[in-house]
Amino acid sequence: MRHELLLIAAALLVLMVEIFSDPGKKRRLSMFSIILFGAVTIAGFLPSPTGHLFGGMYLSSGTTLIMKNILNIGALLVFIQSVTWLKKDENSEKISEYFLLLISTLVGMNFMISAGHFLIFYIGIELATIPIAALSAYDRYKNKSAEAGIKLILSSALSSGILLYGLSMIYGTTGTLYFSEVAVHFSNNSLQILGFIFFFAGMAFKISIIPFHLWTADVYEGSPVNITSYLSVISKGAAVFILIIILFTVFPVIITTWQKTIFVTSILTMTVGNLFAIRQKNLKRFLAFSSISQAGYIFLGLIGGNQTGMASVIYYILVYIFSNLGAFGVVIAISNATGKENIDDYNGLYHTNPKLSLVMILALFSLAGIPPVAGFFGKFFLFTAAAQEGFYLLVLIAVLNTIISLYYYLLVVKAMFITKSETPIESFKSDFSTRFALGICIAGIVVTGFASIIFEVIRNLSFGV
Amino acid sequence: MDILSLFVVIPFLTITAILLLKDTHQVRLVSALGMGLQLLMAGVLVFLYLSARHAGNTDEMLFVKDYVWFKSLNIHYAVGADGISVAMITLTSLVVFAGIFASWEVEYLRKEFFISLILLASGVFGFFISIDLFTMFLFYELAVIPMYLLIGIWGTGPKEYSAMKLTLMLMGGSALLLVGLLGIYFNSSPDGTQFTFNILEISKVVIPIDAQRIFFPLTFVGFGVLGALFPFHTWSPDGHASAPTAVSMLHAGVLMKLGGYGAFRVAIFLMPEAAHELSWIFIILTSISVIYGAFGAIAQKDLKYINAYSSVSHCGLVLFAVLMMNQTAMNGAIIQMISHGLMTALFFALIGMLYGRTHTRMIYEMGGLMKVIPFLSVCYVIAGLASLGLPGLSGFVAEMTIFVGAFQHPELFYRIVTILAVSSIVITAVYILRVVAILLLGPTTNKHFEHLPDAKWFEKISVVTLIGSVAAIGLAPYWLSSMIGTSLQPVIEKIVAINPF
Repeated sequence: MRHELLLIAAALLVLMVEIFSDPGKKRRLSMFSIILFGAVTIAGFLPSPTGHLFGGMYLSSGTTLIMKNILNIGALLVFIQSVTWLKKDENSEKISEYFLLLISTLVGMNFMISAGHFLIFYIGIELATIPIAALSAYDRYKNKSAEAGIKLILSSALSSGILLYGLSMIYGTTGTLYFSEVAVHFSNNSLQILGFIFFFAGMAFKISIIPFHLWTADVYEGSPVNITSYLSVISKGAAVFILIIILFTVFPVIITTWQKTIFVTSILTMTVGNLFAIRQKNLKRFLAFSSISQAGYIFLGLIGGNQTGMASVIYYILVYIFSNLGAFGVVIAISNATGKENIDDYNGLYHTNPKLSLVMILALFSLAGIPPVAGFFGKFFLFTAAAQEGFYLLVLIAVLNTIISLYYYLLVVKAMFITKSETPIESFKSDFSTRFALGICIAGIVVTGFASIIFEVIRNLSFGV
Repeated sequence: MDILSLFVVIPFLTITAILLLKDTHQVRLVSALGMGLQLLMAGVLVFLYLSARHAGNTDEMLFVKDYVWFKSLNIHYAVGADGISVAMITLTSLVVFAGIFASWEVEYLRKEFFISLILLASGVFGFFISIDLFTMFLFYELAVIPMYLLIGIWGTGPKEYSAMKLTLMLMGGSALLLVGLLGIYFNSSPDGTQFTFNILEISKVVIPIDAQRIFFPLTFVGFGVLGALFPFHTWSPDGHASAPTAVSMLHAGVLMKLGGYGAFRVAIFLMPEAAHELSWIFIILTSISVIYGAFGAIAQKDLKYINAYSSVSHCGLVLFAVLMMNQTAMNGAIIQMISHGLMTALFFALIGMLYGRTHTRMIYEMGGLMKVIPFLSVCYVIAGLASLGLPGLSGFVAEMTIFVGAFQHPELFYRIVTILAVSSIVITAVYILRVVAILLLGPTTNKHFEHLPDAKWFEKISVVTLIGSVAAIGLAPYWLSSMIGTSLQPVIEKIVAINPF
């Protein structure tokens, strides 16, 4: 329980410090919260006992620990990137709320990942969703932000309802909600499969799988950019983690059913996500659709049901955190300095802001899966996992989709490096926190691929069906 | 540090050195030094290789180094070289060296240009030294992105369109290749031991024939896209025409040979049974490449497009010969790779120099240049004669070996196809001699071009290096062909087991 307890303690500390601090000194709160969270992240890496609590409702294993640590790293990066934005006048009153709400969602995600019982899983997923809806509406003076918040809360309420309905069917047919016991009593009858489908639909909503993705573009566009990056990376990553654990431990009996489901949804997701991303001009929407198609690739790791599959999914989420936060980091930096968010505004960026352009190009190549950055290794391992079980056709469709995705990523590269512009974005120097966060992302992108130890450690902690 | 990994380390050190430079004038010098060192290393490698073979070392691959990288998937960083790789490495070093000098006058973003160029070269070197499929694929894809930037930023004409088309089509090839490689990997141990990506180990195993029938076309077409296999060659004319000089030299000269080399080393070496069964389909496609490419070149008016189609035709001939699957033809294919690589690099360098002077590539706008720039014109004529296969230059050696080898095949189908492909020699002569006549001979047609400067010192280095190599292979091919011949032995043994004749 160490991760959860530390996070709750951190949240409470932030609240205490905010209550007892002078109104004028609010801005130091962000620094304090980040250092605190950094300490929590590092403490998470120390060896932790594994086992179960509350009679098997809460499970802790090497696998869940590494998942939580990866989410912590991602959240830390999001926090560091938010510092500049939080310094703005309209946000300086709400700094502690920001950290409090985000840490709460993280607590929810941690419980969700460690769940051994469907109720803890459900509590976790709700705790992970509701505070984010509040955060999506953070910009009180923008209509789009409020719209994003409402869309998110209403659609996630509906999907949670459907998820719960599925869980109730599972309870009705097996008589238990403990993961281990459901796995034993599960069989192929139609009501249970229906329950599984509703459960899958609820999870697919969180992961933005087609056809449950319709909330994604509008919410990502309306929310403040930092929340968008959090949603696209951490929220999605946590949902994928718990999905893979539940599929491999609770539903191995119906493996052929969920393999077929994943086959169809992953092809739809990759293709539709890619085709829509081509047409986007706003970078936030562009990255939203690109992250939808990334979820499609991640499903390729799920489909095999083997150890390489789980390892490649966890590894890819780590790589994806670094790449996507790198890309979002550049978007955030430019948005904070100039408020511009369209691809056309980025024309000629290399001449004025070469370092930012280089960060962006590395992040985009990692997302596209081009060597030598880590995204190549991540994608290769996902494809290997799927090919291991013979899904060569799926791999072929996935690599063809990689080409389509390369096209739209190159559109941004073209704007930055090739297209000349009369009015490029002027050079500006980002402050320390942005540069630090981008530096960590770049280090992650470059090193995670070549340092094979990271993948080996993850693989040792993974398991198959 | 083993000698083969140096070929990847030296370019990276050169790039780091360039990054640290403040003064753009020194960038060219550093690049030239770096790639000159690389050329020297290639020479040392040839010498070491030949002495090792002379001393009686008969291992399949020499200078082998193997480091475990991802233990769970049995991915290694494994390098090794045999005669063919050594020849290809030498070719690459020569072309890159000549390319640096051909780009001496690039002004716009000079640092970035040379960095991208050397990064591209390092991807190619890495490909030739690898004997582990994963490492090979990594270096293969590494070459794609610098390509996009080089053509898109420093190119001419419809450069964004050409760059995008080229990048996406080549990625399409690597997409197919990835599926093929995974298929080979998962079929690499029929007896249940761990799967492997190592080429030598896979070649000892017979991959099940059903798997071969699926993965051979994927792998072959995957490499074929890069090797200008009809109908996947369409990236080539626009790509070469829009690219800056050094990039065209490197691309047509070396990158297209990656396709031929890969098709030979991976597709045919590891899956010879399927290659034998399905070769007829691809032979038809490659002969179309050869003949259609040559006809296409006749119709062009832009010098670079002529050369691009000519490259399609000659690279098609490489794949054609490799599919014939006998000793002579394969020997010819490798010589053709090297000969055409040098020749086309020479052509593109000369076209670049002409363009720098006349600012046009249309042949009808220039004329009678022999009187104005005699050095460059004579070099152009020599390049042209090499391309059409004049004895004494390398083109003749390669083409003769290929056609003799191809005709050795006893079946009628192969012989007919060979006769059709031989006709390409005549067609090549047509477009080469026509261009030489219009461009260089006769009276000067355009008044503006009557006082053009002849070759400068750096251009002379670039051109003379390449002509020297072409002539060396043409006049004394035995050293090259014996080096290749011994390395072909393992491949031939595998193939002869299937189809002895």
